[in-house]
Amino acid sequence: MTRRYGLKDVISHFFINNAVPIIFIVFIAFAIPISGFSGPYLTQQLVIRVSRDSFLVLSLVLPIMAGMGINFGMVLGAMSGQIAIILVLNWGVQGVGGLFLAMAVATPMAVLLGWFSGLILNKAKGREMVTSMMLGFFISGIYQLIVLYFMGKLIPIHNPVLVLSRGYGIRNALSLLTMRMSLDNLIPLKIAGISIPVATYVIIGLLCLFIWWFGKTKLGHDMRAVGQDMGVSEDSGIKVERTRILAIILSTVLACYGQIIYLQNIGTLNTYNGADQTATFAAAALLIGGASVVKASIPNVFIGVVLFHLMFLVSPMAGKNLMGSAMIGEYFRVFVSYGVIALALALYAWKRLKERERARRSLRGTKES
Amino acid sequence: MTQQQPLLKMQGITKEYFGNRVLTDVSLDLNRGEVLGLVGENGAGKSTLMNILFGMSVIVQTGGYAGKVFIDGKEVSFQNPFDALKAGIGMVHQEFSLIPGFTATENILLNGEILHDNIVTKLFGPRLKTLDLPEMRAIAEKSIELLGVEISPDTLVAEMPVGHRQFTELAREIHRPEMKVLVLDEPTAVLTESEAEVLLTSLRRLAATGIAIIFITHRLQEILDICDRIVILRDGQVVKEIATHDTDIGQVAELMVGRSVDTKAIATATYDTQQETVLAVEHLWVDMPGETVRDVSFEVHKGEIFGIGGLAGQGKLGIPNGIMGLCPAGGTVILHGKPIHLEDPAAALAASMAFVSEDRRGVGLLMEEPLDWNIAFTAMQVQNKFLRPLLGGLIKWRDDRAIRKVTREYIEALEIKCTGVEQPAQELSGGNQQKVCLAKAFGVEPNLLFVSEPTRGIDVGAKALVLKALRRYNSENGTTIVMVSSELEELRSICDRIAIIDEGRVAGILSPAATAKEFGMLMIGKLKNTDDKVVSHA
Amino acid sequence: MHRLRQFIDRAGWPRIIIGLVLLSLFLVAPHWGVRIDASLMDTIIRFGMNGVMVLAMIPMVQAGCGLNFGLPLGIIAGLLGATLSIELGLVGVAGFAGAIGIAIPLACLFGWGYGVLLNHVKGDEMMIATYVGFSSVSFMSIMWMVLPYHNPTMIWGYSGQGLRTTVSVDGFWAKILDNLLAIHIGPNFMFPTGTILFFALMAWLMWAFFHTKTGTAMTAVGSNPDYARASGISVDRMRTTSVILSTVYGAIGILLYEQSYGFISLYNGPFFMALPAVAAVLIGGASVNKANITNVVIGTILFQGILTMAPSVINAAIHSDAAEVVRLIVSNGMIVYALTRATRKSR
Repeated sequence: MTRRYGLKDVISHFFINNAVPIIFIVFIAFAIPISGFSGPYLTQQLVIRVSRDSFLVLSLVLPIMAGMGINFGMVLGAMSGQIAIILVLNWGVQGVGGLFLAMAVATPMAVLLGWFSGLILNKAKGREMVTSMMLGFFISGIYQLIVLYFMGKLIPIHNPVLVLSRGYGIRNALSLLTMRMSLDNLIPLKIAGISIPVATYVIIGLLCLFIWWFGKTKLGHDMRAVGQDMGVSEDSGIKVERTRILAIILSTVLACYGQIIYLQNIGTLNTYNGADQTATFAAAALLIGGASVVKASIPNVFIGVVLFHLMFLVSPMAGKNLMGSAMIGEYFRVFVSYGVIALALALYAWKRLKERERARRSLRGTKES
Repeated sequence: MTQQQPLLKMQGITKEYFGNRVLTDVSLDLNRGEVLGLVGENGAGKSTLMNILFGMSVIVQTGGYAGKVFIDGKEVSFQNPFDALKAGIGMVHQEFSLIPGFTATENILLNGEILHDNIVTKLFGPRLKTLDLPEMRAIAEKSIELLGVEISPDTLVAEMPVGHRQFTELAREIHRPEMKVLVLDEPTAVLTESEAEVLLTSLRRLAATGIAIIFITHRLQEILDICDRIVILRDGQVVKEIATHDTDIGQVAELMVGRSVDTKAIATATYDTQQETVLAVEHLWVDMPGETVRDVSFEVHKGEIFGIGGLAGQGKLGIPNGIMGLCPAGGTVILHGKPIHLEDPAAALAASMAFVSEDRRGVGLLMEEPLDWNIAFTAMQVQNKFLRPLLGGLIKWRDDRAIRKVTREYIEALEIKCTGVEQPAQELSGGNQQKVCLAKAFGVEPNLLFVSEPTRGIDVGAKALVLKALRRYNSENGTTIVMVSSELEELRSICDRIAIIDEGRVAGILSPAATAKEFGMLMIGKLKNTDDKVVSHA
Repeated sequence: MHRLRQFIDRAGWPRIIIGLVLLSLFLVAPHWGVRIDASLMDTIIRFGMNGVMVLAMIPMVQAGCGLNFGLPLGIIAGLLGATLSIELGLVGVAGFAGAIGIAIPLACLFGWGYGVLLNHVKGDEMMIATYVGFSSVSFMSIMWMVLPYHNPTMIWGYSGQGLRTTVSVDGFWAKILDNLLAIHIGPNFMFPTGTILFFALMAWLMWAFFHTKTGTAMTAVGSNPDYARASGISVDRMRTTSVILSTVYGAIGILLYEQSYGFISLYNGPFFMALPAVAAVLIGGASVNKANITNVVIGTILFQGILTMAPSVINAAIHSDAAEVVRLIVSNGMIVYALTRATRKSR
């Protein structure tokens, strides 16, 4: 036990534990020069993209802490955010006020959906991830039903710009011109020609602070306990199912805010295809940052978002310059997003299997011959 | 000392599980600062008694219990473990209930954390109170100090040696100021000898502070070392309560195991000791969780019924599981002069051995499949029985008619109560399920049959039938049988020789006619330090 | 009353509701001017198109590997078979047989790798299968662009490189089975005898497989792996076999689908093809760890029936095209339901 590990051990251990981020750093290191993008351009893009995505990715941290894996059901939050944005557009509320109104309107929806999602996941212990993913697909059907068929019929929409020409249902793409970058530009700042969305970063900073503080509360502590061993937690009197539901509600609400922040930056709402991919990209970013299904930290989030977006930025250009086709780079980054999730999940499941074997071996008594 | 009222008093406790009486009129007293040893075989009722004291849900769910429990003279009846905790009763279980990624401090104060209010609390309720880690650390430190061991409160449980985990668990129970009665269930089972000594010293120290301790262990020497009084349970009854200084190991062992044995029930050695050796096991080790086999050697002769006994967790179950290839194992196993490849169930089966597992539901049966599948499957897969070759043997078609026929035969021969060959195994009673398991093993017509806990969890009538079936199979077919059982009486009634396993080793091999005391002494680890001399009557 | 309750318990509410909805759709359809015979034909054709892909669920479920969300892997093998057969210029029966002949070995290869992977991640099969499916589809998207196909019917006209997103099989083997021995009744009804016979053949083969020694062992592995191991079965090998079988069925299934559909959908085509197949077998009464051919037949008829009827009736009744939404809600809702039920049963 007290044996000092050699330098070689330490290094190989480091590489094994951080295999995913290291592979990405190496890949990007090669791809950036091939893409031919300039440093300032990449920096500006990164500054924007990190502010756009970090909040969404941060919303995945709490369920992982509570042992429920990656909450692919975060799209439920994203969808409630989108519905709120549509309503706010309809009411014609503009600017930052519109954003905060959207958040306020979306919160009860997200809480309700999160609670529902938590209930479902409590019935699917041990397969939370696949269930939350399917739940996302299912609710996405309900969302389409509401937005495509109910809005304009059951739910009055006065603003004709929003409605399809047939008289009901929301258009495929909505311009958020009145709210576009209203948060990002709230406190304008430009350093060396690179504009920085200060207010957005302040909000992200506050969220990080909240997550850090939350870990020190009784509820956060209970979540960690539940995440590690539901049986022991239950025996010691922690309300396991309730704690898990709370973790999912929090995640859903944060995802909802994250989606609203994301949309104000993008400036257009892709009504029907927007939310589906949110969870996949957020999960891929988190895993690229070195998180696993059971362990995720705030640094994982930021490393992941930076690497993921660098990959996203450079691969189409690199693909074009290397293979003569931008589409290849386009497909490549989609492949990487899915592939990294598959890889990270498989690596983790395999590691867990090995650990279980090792734990069993440690039960073995000393052998004599 | 004045005769004050006892801290804990259990009076006339009686408990039945589904009509099966496991405790009959058990009474015991416990005074402040006293250490009480509770001993008994598996199934004597120790766990049930402690479950009642601790308000475990299994008791409430099975209809509660009769009798009264008093604490400080006040009658109590706990509906759940939290009631018991509040009343000052703590329990350290055999399995650790610790959170591996938490520090010692966090585990000691799990769900009993020291909390502070903050601004948010008013709005969102007490679960958003913040943890006071320095204060928690101080409490944990004090608790650990009380035990007289050195564990850093900041160490993660996952990184602790096993002994320290045990102490952490103990520290969790005693950090509560209201702690009055502490129950320890086999706390030394996972400890090294020196760690066990430290633990015993800690317990004496705790007792000196006024905490009363109930100590359960099969290592009688430890009981004698630290207990003031000993209560011996057998078949759900208190057979003796005795002060430690009035007794010795031999007496306790005899009381624990001994029973008015019907001498006629003891098997008379019918087999011929001159018979050839069928199975020779040398230096076998088996890595079976909770039943580790460390170093076991024995020989089994043709046509005999060889018994393997011992207390739970000592490794007797690991022996058949290791030989049959179900658990990682090593050593030499020689059947009919040929070595058996370990860790390969197919090889063990191909060598004409069969196994009736103790884990009926987990390993023995396909619960959701019909009886005919359950009975015929092994023979079909291992020996290609019940198959019809099609296209010149290219396709091995399952012969459902033959399967049903053989199943009906076994249903009749073993008197299996069922609605027919199509009934799923899960709908049968425990005894009938066990008969299905036997039929499956008989179906491969083995030369050597391992039977593990054949009567566990089945009622008396079914027990007799199962044992009868085994004995008949042995005498009619000349099949050698190795039977593993926790019930010594059962082994003595059917076996030709009985090996007792203790701490993963053979403590001795006895004739079924040996006295209860002799068996008892082998079971309780008395021989642990006295070289590896084996008492052999056989 | 008691027997009714028992029936409901066994079938589960979602299945009964879906059955009743389908029945009432057929009942109200004439009222809105939807032709029953045409709808029936559509249902039968779609049943034939999808049936074999639903059959592909059985081996993995029976062997305890869970629902085959990795079906796209088998589909990719099928697509490779289809495109290579066209590339070789095979037409008619030779074309279809050639496609199957090329697809099967590829499916065996993919299935073997996929099976070995799933053996390393026991307990998390479904999640990993999903993302293996997704990533292999996106990987193949790159391959469709760079693989050196030359047949002008398949590649992009303007760049002369890379396969089109949809390739027509007209003139190769479109409707080759649909039209085989087809029975025409009236102007609006045609029974695709060849396709249905082919499905029956595949179903019979599956049934037969589960009546062999190996098939029996596979069922036992899924039912209780510890029991199977104690009977000398290699659990991992059985699981791999089941995955290979599922993948081969997936490959053949997509070919059957394409001959009826008339097109090969490349690139993102196979992305979500696993979900309807999973939903169908669940609607038919399968669970995460038990499935049989009856489940497949009933489930595919119910599911495809809803998919055919609901949009046409809704469209006729309220002039609204909700096909996609109905599909999403029914199929994904069914899968969520099955996932939450399975745990309760197994614990």
